Amino acid sequence: MYQYDSYDQAMVDARVAEFRDQVNRRLAGEITEDQFKPLRLKNGLYLQLHAYMLRVAIPYGTLNSRQMRMLGDIADKYDRGYGHFTTRQNIQYNWIKLEQAPDLLADLASVEMHAIQTSGNCIRNTTADHFAGAAADELVDPRPYAELLRQWSTFHPEFDYLPRKFKIAIIGSETDRAAMKLHDIGIQLVKNDAGEIGCKFYVGGGMGRTPMIAPVIGDFVPPLQMISYLEACLRVYNRYGRRDNKYKARIKILVHEIGADEYRRQVEEEFAHILTLGLEPPPAELERIKGFFEQPGFDAAASDDLDLSDPDFAVWVKQNVHAHKQAGYAIATIALKPVGGIPGDASADQIRLMADLARDYSFDELRVTHAQNIVLPHVKKADLYTLWQKLDEAGLANANLDLISDIIACPGLDYCSLANARSIPVAQKISERFADLGRQQELGELKLKISGCINACGHHHAGHIGILGVDRKGVENYQLLLGGSEGADTSLGTITGPGFNEDGIVDAIEKATDVYLAQRTDGERFLDTYRRIGMAPFKEAIYAKESVNG
Amino acid sequence: MVEQTLRYRSDEPVADPAVTVDAFADQSNATAVRIEPGDDARDLLPHLDRLALVEVNFPAYTDGRGYSAARILREHGYTGELRAIGDVLLDQLSHMRRCGFDSFAPNQDISREAADKAFATWPEVYQKTVDGRPAIWAKRHG
Repeated sequence: MYQYDSYDQAMVDARVAEFRDQVNRRLAGEITEDQFKPLRLKNGLYLQLHAYMLRVAIPYGTLNSRQMRMLGDIADKYDRGYGHFTTRQNIQYNWIKLEQAPDLLADLASVEMHAIQTSGNCIRNTTADHFAGAAADELVDPRPYAELLRQWSTFHPEFDYLPRKFKIAIIGSETDRAAMKLHDIGIQLVKNDAGEIGCKFYVGGGMGRTPMIAPVIGDFVPPLQMISYLEACLRVYNRYGRRDNKYKARIKILVHEIGADEYRRQVEEEFAHILTLGLEPPPAELERIKGFFEQPGFDAAASDDLDLSDPDFAVWVKQNVHAHKQAGYAIATIALKPVGGIPGDASADQIRLMADLARDYSFDELRVTHAQNIVLPHVKKADLYTLWQKLDEAGLANANLDLISDIIACPGLDYCSLANARSIPVAQKISERFADLGRQQELGELKLKISGCINACGHHHAGHIGILGVDRKGVENYQLLLGGSEGADTSLGTITGPGFNEDGIVDAIEKATDVYLAQRTDGERFLDTYRRIGMAPFKEAIYAKESVNG
Repeated sequence: MVEQTLRYRSDEPVADPAVTVDAFADQSNATAVRIEPGDDARDLLPHLDRLALVEVNFPAYTDGRGYSAARILREHGYTGELRAIGDVLLDQLSHMRRCGFDSFAPNQDISREAADKAFATWPEVYQKTVDGRPAIWAKRHG
């Protein structure tokens, strides 16, 4: 894992000092809330419905056990004993007092963490494949590039007041586990026939009220020109992105309105100029960073054998464990999705326990996934059973990864000042309706995503089943979408028809799953069946009038 | 009308009034121009040798187009005065300086002392821009 040197540490320390000064000026009345707002937002501090919410950056979703432990301690010290892992691989605390926020940031800085640019119209925390450095199908480890991106984007002076927020994701596998094409910029590290690494740039994707899948803008940008290419992409956006309407200000609208070809032409023109300026960190810097991401000291003699005689353990392995590039090791995912729970929430004790387990069983590493789960990336297969037992004791052995109850949900109207409807109670009711694990397994892979408003923090467009909460004349109403996906086969969901109330939406989902079970052919997932038979049979079942005896 | 200008140059201020980018193209004797957010700074590139003052207007601090405009002018060799005017606030000063601004005429006065403190906010910088400060990566690999 990357470790700060004195330069990196000086930057986060300077930020803590600056923010402390800003908070002091606010508390002393020297600046108004209007003037303070953009400053605190640059630090991830939102004023929500009930309190301040602080969003802490977890760069490319990677943590060590000391950092994870601190996140647990912060939950106890400054919040109400829990934290909420988000769809952008970050963590949020919902009950923060303004006067304590600078101390919280100082605690974070003590473990090489921060809340820099976790909100505001700037370049946000870069996200990455949560299996980076571990996945069996990995071509290039994206983490060194993500760290280069982190440093480049931190306090970038030209791009701090963009038309709108800007999100970058980077992957290095053919399998896209980061919803890369639904970002302002998605970078896929690829190799050409000669074995050279290149960056494939997808620009102009996004969710929100106008979901779009990003087109390819740069086919094969040399990694040692990646920063220059990003500068060009951002500069063209800063120049032409719309500022008259915040709902049309994301880069996806610009790329859509002028077209991918014209946007590419402008980027190429700017890129040619920028290449003359020497803005790119030298090869030695990328090499230095790569040095932090070398493989941990795996036991080359570790066995691939796994005793699956405990049926509960076997179920968990089948669902939550993925293939590792190193023989004898596996990737274990801790699903933060208990029946009736809040997706992505973990208590301070659970967070600290996960830190301990990472230290003892995963070479001190953890990852946060955009699906609001936690990954232990490097677990020896021989340790899996012990690990599972310890997770089970703490209520963390939910064997529902990628099943219908592994729900992504935004905080919704329970916390968020932008929301139109609550997300959490809907997620809870769905997980209770489908509580039986055997039934979930029967339904197979089924990605269900809930957003409490059109801003789509819960990724509803990309759910095999998506739910969008809206406000209909003062009453919460839930629209149902089918057919979204976020991987290599990215697609956007389609609304079934009129919306439902809170109980109605759960019934509608159950009817949709019944259609799938009745219509599927061998090996088909819900999404595959939907793509094959289309919306009509689902719509018919969902909106059929109840029979008298029904 | 702006009363106070924070200026970080040793030459004499330009007395000429700044004209619009459109007017500048037609006035071969003009030496000062004002860029509005919608203007393309690249239109000025053929005329850099006769320019002594470029004002970049920030009608609202949230509109960041002026940062790119300033940096583009400097990247192409403009050495005259580059002045940020309008809704220019204390907390934006250090980024503006990094993008090449060397004078500031904010709507609301900022003391020189406060401005100097703002410029000293960041002990180091991660990017190479146009302010001559070495990026952290350059220091690491001396």
